[in-house]
Amino acid sequence: MTMTSSELSQNPKDTARAGRTISRATPSAHLREALLPSLIALLVAAIVGDILIVVFGQSPAAVYRLLIEGTWGNSYGFGQVLYKATTLTFTGLAIAFALRAGLFNIGAESQLAAGGFMAAIVGLLLPAGLPWIVMLPIYLAAAAFGGGIVGWIAGELKARFGAHEVITTIMLNFIVLALLSYLTSAHLKVPETLHTVEIHSGALPRLSDFIPAFHGSAANLVMLIAALACVAAWWYLFRTRRGFELRAVGLQPEAAEYGGVRPGAVWTRAMTISGAIAGLGGLNFVLGYKHYYEEGFAGGAGFLGIAVALVGGTHPLGVALAALLFATISQGGLAVNALVPKQFVEVLQAVVIIAVAVSVPEVRRILRAQRRTE
Amino acid sequence: MPALLFLAQTLRIAIPYLFAAAGGVVTERAGLIGLTLEGYMLGGAFAAALGSYYGHSAWFGVFAGVLGGVLLGLVYGVSAIRFRADQVVVGIAINLLAIGLTRFFLRLAFGSSSNSPRVPGFGGEQSGTGFAALAANPMIWLGIIAIPVVGWILYRTPFGLRVRAVGEHPAAATSVGISVSRVRYAAAVLSGALAGLGGVYLVLDQHQFTDQMTAGRGFIALAATIFGRWDPSRVGLACLLFAAAEALQIQLQGAQLVPSQFVEMIPYLLTIVALAGVVGRAVAPASLGKVTE
Amino acid sequence: MTPTDTAAIRLTDIHKSFGPVLANRGASLEVARGEIHALVGENGAGKSTLMRMLSGMYTPDRGRMEVVDGSGVLRDVAGWSTADAIKAGVGMVHQHFMLVPTLTVEENLMLGAELTKDGPLRLLDRARAVEQVDALSRRTGLRVNASQLVSQLSVGEAQRVEILKVLYRGARILILDEPTAVLSPPEVAELWQVLRQMRERGETIVLITHKLDEVMSISDTVTVMRHGRTISRLRTAETTPQEIAREMVGRDVVLAGGLRRDAVTGEEVWAVASSRDAAPAGGTSLGQTNFPLPALELRGVSVASARHAEAVRDVGFSVSPGEILGIAGVEGNGQTELIEAIAGLRQLRSGTILLDHHDITNAPVRARGDAGLSHIPEDRHTRGLILDYTIADNLILGQQHRFARGGFFNSLDGERIAENARRQITAFDIRPDDPILPARALSGGNQQKIVVAREMGRDFRVLLAAQPTRGVDVGAIEFIHAQLLAARAAGKAILLVSADLSEILALSDRIAVMYGGRFVVVMPRSQASEEVLGPYMTGAESAA
Repeated sequence: MTMTSSELSQNPKDTARAGRTISRATPSAHLREALLPSLIALLVAAIVGDILIVVFGQSPAAVYRLLIEGTWGNSYGFGQVLYKATTLTFTGLAIAFALRAGLFNIGAESQLAAGGFMAAIVGLLLPAGLPWIVMLPIYLAAAAFGGGIVGWIAGELKARFGAHEVITTIMLNFIVLALLSYLTSAHLKVPETLHTVEIHSGALPRLSDFIPAFHGSAANLVMLIAALACVAAWWYLFRTRRGFELRAVGLQPEAAEYGGVRPGAVWTRAMTISGAIAGLGGLNFVLGYKHYYEEGFAGGAGFLGIAVALVGGTHPLGVALAALLFATISQGGLAVNALVPKQFVEVLQAVVIIAVAVSVPEVRRILRAQRRTE
Repeated sequence: MPALLFLAQTLRIAIPYLFAAAGGVVTERAGLIGLTLEGYMLGGAFAAALGSYYGHSAWFGVFAGVLGGVLLGLVYGVSAIRFRADQVVVGIAINLLAIGLTRFFLRLAFGSSSNSPRVPGFGGEQSGTGFAALAANPMIWLGIIAIPVVGWILYRTPFGLRVRAVGEHPAAATSVGISVSRVRYAAAVLSGALAGLGGVYLVLDQHQFTDQMTAGRGFIALAATIFGRWDPSRVGLACLLFAAAEALQIQLQGAQLVPSQFVEMIPYLLTIVALAGVVGRAVAPASLGKVTE
Repeated sequence: MTPTDTAAIRLTDIHKSFGPVLANRGASLEVARGEIHALVGENGAGKSTLMRMLSGMYTPDRGRMEVVDGSGVLRDVAGWSTADAIKAGVGMVHQHFMLVPTLTVEENLMLGAELTKDGPLRLLDRARAVEQVDALSRRTGLRVNASQLVSQLSVGEAQRVEILKVLYRGARILILDEPTAVLSPPEVAELWQVLRQMRERGETIVLITHKLDEVMSISDTVTVMRHGRTISRLRTAETTPQEIAREMVGRDVVLAGGLRRDAVTGEEVWAVASSRDAAPAGGTSLGQTNFPLPALELRGVSVASARHAEAVRDVGFSVSPGEILGIAGVEGNGQTELIEAIAGLRQLRSGTILLDHHDITNAPVRARGDAGLSHIPEDRHTRGLILDYTIADNLILGQQHRFARGGFFNSLDGERIAENARRQITAFDIRPDDPILPARALSGGNQQKIVVAREMGRDFRVLLAAQPTRGVDVGAIEFIHAQLLAARAAGKAILLVSADLSEILALSDRIAVMYGGRFVVVMPRSQASEEVLGPYMTGAESAA
């Protein structure tokens, strides 16, 4: 993939706001503007991490060594990183996709859960023992539908009534999760658990089926679907007419409207697709790992997806890399739990998000000021 | 007396909402999105547990809890005001930060990953259900006056006038010599303190901190702020309404008339209905969430 | 500082830049106590910037700023804050209202200078505030209702509140930034009366304007600015509009037909000089009956504005192929809403729009484009361009569906987009000529050329050209005018809206004047002149 300058503008809303200053921006300057905040954020996170480790009376070097060994250092750990990165790629991609249309989808968590739930329902209804290759398209459709419908509701609320998507998607998170909880607990769950009975159809192959060294890790075929989703999203955003129009709405809705695009229609479409992408992520847990739907499996993946989308510069390729990074931090927390509480990585993740949010406008201001004086 | 019991229960449930929603009104009226309320509450709750435990006094816990909320409010303020960071992003991150920090320091201070030991609080052993037990808890009284106090500040004091101006038209405020940043910092700190008190109430009522004990109450308070259209008295009523629905659900638990999940949905559904404008559109302060140059 | 110094304000050699833009480069201003001083210049001459520094909103990069204090001594105030300025009695009424719509008049007035009751709580003293507002209102003759919400006020009332707000803070020096832009003639008359009263009380007034009639009728002294510099300082009684216009433009201006004072604005004078070459040769003015069937026709069109008022009232007209219909008028009289309604960006309240006899009243934007409607929007930064898109992508905005391959993927044809870009960049001389540069990186004139290239470099029947040369350099103005005339010669129907009366006069075959949302008059070019059109534009005459 070659990147053009428009692919690299970090936050569509921000650039639109900066509107009237005329300065010469070349693609390499755009690249700097896109990458610097993420690098600064990681640096800040590393410093905060060091402080927390020292507070807990450990040596940062030892903790980080253990973190690397427990993740990229052995095949089980690496498999877990890949598994976690898969879910985060879907939620991060969903959020990045909506952001390109100028929308903040805070509801990826419930869309993820709804996607997994729909896939589980379909799996429970279908006869047992069908091969996964036959089942996969049906599961994909079910998961995309589950997440897509939640996204669609938020998109319609915005397009029709102007209801702000940040608030509606948060509210929908609670509503949808409560609804799924009711459906699961009242009708589907195995007594004494929070999950449905096992699905006997279409379990997806694990990575360990091909490479035995990954034995025990949850990494599975959905990983490839995540990669394909990134490519498809990139293609849609930057190579199709719909993508051209979607990004136009995200940058300057009034100019898009002038260009014959109806922002309301784009909002609905973008939120539906965003929800569907998040919904596909539900397959990773439900079909790739546990073979049942369990309440709370999506917990945290929505909010972490925001970090992934932002650190990834709202670009599908960046999202995939950022997902790997955050999955490494998550899995690394487990690996170092013996030395420091694994909760310290949760702090780091929050620090990364704040640092990116803070440095995006700051970096742009500094770089543009420099360019002017040059 | 089921009716009285119902009222008492409603009030108990409403108190943390009232505190946090009071903070929600202040922060949103100043133009700062109230996504951070949940984090303020959780931070306030944990700080209260720390303060109460190590200070051997519930009142020390109150002080510490306020401080906890204020600190998170300052983090939000500095990011969103000084650095002009996106309020939605920082707001979400502050909630994650509060979860992470409280868990980390729960391990560090109390060596547990689920809850603190018993801490001094208000009220007796069984934190009673009747009005007598409620009246003995000073946090209840503070909670009841939180919203009226905020309404009084907004409409009766110079600071309140400035908050309303800054949230609606920051450039106009600047043109008459008001520092928009200072007003917003003050609003962030005040809302941190108020929402922090919501968390303090939970800890001192239950005599311990448990992981993620705020359980989305900050978001219910945000829902009440929006559903009440940013008007203190309406927001107060929204808190009571949401609490009453929960109390009713608890009272009817035996009867199994309505699944509890549907009662949980009520605040969120009502908020969406309010935003969609089915019964009189909720219009947010004009500069809410926008970067002020 | 001499003891006999009567200056209230003295600004010397002020410099101020915003990034690459030099707003002030050696501006000076001296205003005597108790006079009405007009600060004139074209748009972008640096008048507002200079006054914002004086009112503390901006800090000058360098230069000396002195303002008289209570005891009559000039003090250096460079770099003070708005709060300092207010305290020293300097108040500014901004072009865009600085009022909080959700607060009452009384709350807006005391904001930042709140009256409080005695006692430790320092509560707002509303009763006293209302009293003071009423007293001030009586004293100045600026009538307001203190307890009304500002959102419910008319524009004229809001303007009064703005002035009261400044006086309430005890301003002795009042700066007004183009205060008449939004006022009706009676409201303007009322404002002049208030300003004269203030002068009689010894207060000092600086009036930013580019309308020469205002300068002549109200001011004592005039300072002319051009390109960020102060050019001259003149006594109003000893000068003429022609002299001021010359100073504003920087060269002799041939005022065709002897411009009447009240119709002349700075911009207009300037464009007369620059668009002269592009104007159609004498005798091209055509009566409205000489044309074949109209390409664009409007019948009884009414459009609502944002505030639910009628922005366009019952407008009907037609434009024929090969004709330019110019719409003249003071901005804000419904021109924007009319154009947006024709373009499909705004709903009609009533009426019909026909394009080549097809009813397009309810057609979406894209369908109108496909039917042959082109549109150069008045604001290229928010509507006409996507600043972060490349030149090539901007050159297909609105026609993206024509550059798609179709089918399931419906991908854009990169090669055709690049080919289109190369062709348009050459044909319209867009510089720099690199198609993958973001539009943001270009100058205003070249940005506008992208819009013009896109809208005129394709097959179209009718062109809506709204303020097509606003904020672009002389070279680009001439180029764009030539394009419009070439399109007219090629049989296109053109509806031209411009705030620049001489542009209208230079290009149009027929001229309509819009005032208060109506077409108050339509006349052939041959009958039109600035003297004839002026009274219609100000609503003084409403024959129709």
